[in-house]
Amino acid sequence: MTPGLAGFVASGEDASAWDAVVADVEAALAQGFAVVPERGGAPGGAKRRTWFDTFDWRLYRAGLVLEHVAARRGGELHLTAQEPVWVQPVAGWQPSRPHLPPDLPDGPLAARIVDLAWPRALLPVVTVSSTTTVSKLLNEDGKTVARLLIEYASVLPGGALPPRMTITEVRGYLGQARRAARIVALTPGVEPGTESVLADALRAIGRRPGDYSNKVDAPITATMPAPQAAAAILLRLLDTIEVNVPGVLHDTDTEFLHDLRVAVRRTRSALKLFGDVLTEQKEGKARLTADEVARFAAEFKWVGDLTTPTRDLDVHLLGFEETARTLRAAKPDALEPFRDYLAQRRVREYRALARGLRSPRFTALMTQWRVVLTKLADGKRNARKGTAASLAPGQEIPTAASLATDRTRRAFAKVAKRGAAITPASPHESLHDLRKRCKELRYVLEFFAPLHDPAQYRKVIGDLKRLQDCLGEFQDTQVQIEEIQALAAAMLAANEAPALTLLAMGEVTAGLAARQLAARADFERRFAEFAGQDGQRRMSALLSGGTA
Amino acid sequence: MRIYATYNIKGGVGKTTTAVNLAYLAAAESGLRTVLWDLDPQGAASFMFRVKPKVKGGGKALIRGSRTLDEAIKGTDFDNLDLIPADFTYRNMDLLLDSAGGGARKLGKLLAPLATEYDAVFLDCPPSISLVSENVLHAADVIIVPLIPTTLSVRTLDQLTEFVAGFNGHRPDVLAFFSMVDRRKKLHREIAENLSSERWSQVAATAIPALSIIERMSVERSPVTVFAPRSSAARAYRSLWSELRTRTDNTR
Repeated sequence: MTPGLAGFVASGEDASAWDAVVADVEAALAQGFAVVPERGGAPGGAKRRTWFDTFDWRLYRAGLVLEHVAARRGGELHLTAQEPVWVQPVAGWQPSRPHLPPDLPDGPLAARIVDLAWPRALLPVVTVSSTTTVSKLLNEDGKTVARLLIEYASVLPGGALPPRMTITEVRGYLGQARRAARIVALTPGVEPGTESVLADALRAIGRRPGDYSNKVDAPITATMPAPQAAAAILLRLLDTIEVNVPGVLHDTDTEFLHDLRVAVRRTRSALKLFGDVLTEQKEGKARLTADEVARFAAEFKWVGDLTTPTRDLDVHLLGFEETARTLRAAKPDALEPFRDYLAQRRVREYRALARGLRSPRFTALMTQWRVVLTKLADGKRNARKGTAASLAPGQEIPTAASLATDRTRRAFAKVAKRGAAITPASPHESLHDLRKRCKELRYVLEFFAPLHDPAQYRKVIGDLKRLQDCLGEFQDTQVQIEEIQALAAAMLAANEAPALTLLAMGEVTAGLAARQLAARADFERRFAEFAGQDGQRRMSALLSGGTA
Repeated sequence: MRIYATYNIKGGVGKTTTAVNLAYLAAAESGLRTVLWDLDPQGAASFMFRVKPKVKGGGKALIRGSRTLDEAIKGTDFDNLDLIPADFTYRNMDLLLDSAGGGARKLGKLLAPLATEYDAVFLDCPPSISLVSENVLHAADVIIVPLIPTTLSVRTLDQLTEFVAGFNGHRPDVLAFFSMVDRRKKLHREIAENLSSERWSQVAATAIPALSIIERMSVERSPVTVFAPRSSAARAYRSLWSELRTRTDNTR
């Protein structure tokens, strides 16, 4: 059967009216054609489809759609890009649960998405069951000249979607199919079906594609009062923390924890960078006392610390294959006891993490923080109502734009000053400290990204990112070396360290040390690119021209 | 792409019913992307598929190439099966082929571009000896010859085999089968049985009996394998198609 020439849906939200629309369409078509049911029904007839994507919509963002079509035995995965469809039969694939990319059977479909999705799990996004009926539209010779497909679909559980009507063309009879499509289009209650079933289904469950991203895209504007902008940014970060908690607690994939940690770290940086605006006086009443801000900051540090051991082990385990590949003297197998040890440790650390995230302390933090932030953000409405008029002259509340400029300038000055002081003789700690300052600068840039000129912003961020990568490589290798040494000692103490494993671990640390040296050698150049004269000029341009 | 032609110099021997049923089986049961070209100006195959016997620009446009075959193709009511309809102007196809040049190989050249889209082509030929039939014989990979079990029809087969043997280069397989066999007629039985064993390399073991249900095809306007899929006629066509594929698909 040829693909649909034109697709339509019954319009409106009232499901009880849809059947009448379908009946009207069939009656209208019967004026121009004989409409008879196709013998043997539709190809596929009844279908149950589940769409999969990673939590952060990596497939959607890459223009891919992954769909599981259930069948009596096993079922099939269909991966659609713009045009080609990869089909992969799967046995024992439960569409109701998440799957890690390596669970996919080898084949072109897996090849297309494993690297893209890894290490994220493929999660069932929405399930739709549907039945399609097919009618032939016959001309006066009784020849089929077009077909009408009606798909009745519902989102599981419950929730009918508007019936989709498609006119398909029979080769050589395009004119007739167009005529049929015109008849359908003119029937009252029918509208063009421009959206996919997936889009309809997502809307029915109150979601939209790409509705999660770990980016800070708070709805701030340049003229917004600074405290409200700060609250909006922090609320957005709180959303990210909370939305990732279930994924961490189910241990669905490692990136839930990663995103949660990043949002916590950003929250702590935000409090450090502009927590003071939350405490500004308004009509003689403080919005939040400095002590309260400090207490929240301490609680978020607790959450950060709670998550560190599991994430560190995740990093080792995620990079394990790659690490094993770099071995020259030792055989990769020699590292297996190390992997087992890491996995065991992770089980223990994860348990402690999960306990922490289920604790009343964590729950209370989330609840109280939201109450505080919501109140602050609500202030936005009050402030808007009576801007300027209600404020005495000279008592202006700073705007988001002025806050962004001020705090970014400060953060950049710190990076420039501390970076310039680093010489080849400087200790590790000075680079570690610079890395933290760079992170703060990066965060403050990202928080206020909507206020900047996009092109200038991209350039500044690009240079900063390269500097951060260099500093990150320097420090991460340092941390990993120390951790491997500590783990080796712990394994030895637990009698779980064969000599060959220890030797292989030694070789791994030697490899890390070499990478660290290379990163150190690269530092001067990266720093000059970002904070040299050109870099300073770019930053000035961003802060003067870009923000308004 | 494999090209099958149903051919016999005589009319009324079951060429069209054979082409229609085998093309349907190729598409529906073997899953081959199939197109049937109704070359007979009478348009019987087109009629069976309820397609109007009309091609825009007529045979002239197709043969001269001002329209491609692709533009003339009509989808039938069945998946995988398309049709190039007959047109009354096909009655002059000899003249058209002659004036277009290209001799006996013109038709083969016209069909070549279909190879990307189809696995099987069926040519339903008009009964004649002409430049059209010569073109068909050159284009085909397999010539399917329905024979009425009479002594004379056997002579036709010999003549055809001899004619094809004289081709330079590409030579099609020729497979005849007995069509419209009336089991009540002694002569039919004898000829059918003797010849299919004596000439086993040329004549299929499967015979298509003379059955009224096959004649009903023109009333139902559909392959017998569709409207009476469990009939003995449908079984006979299935068996013929299967034998045809086994015997001819391995020969090259």
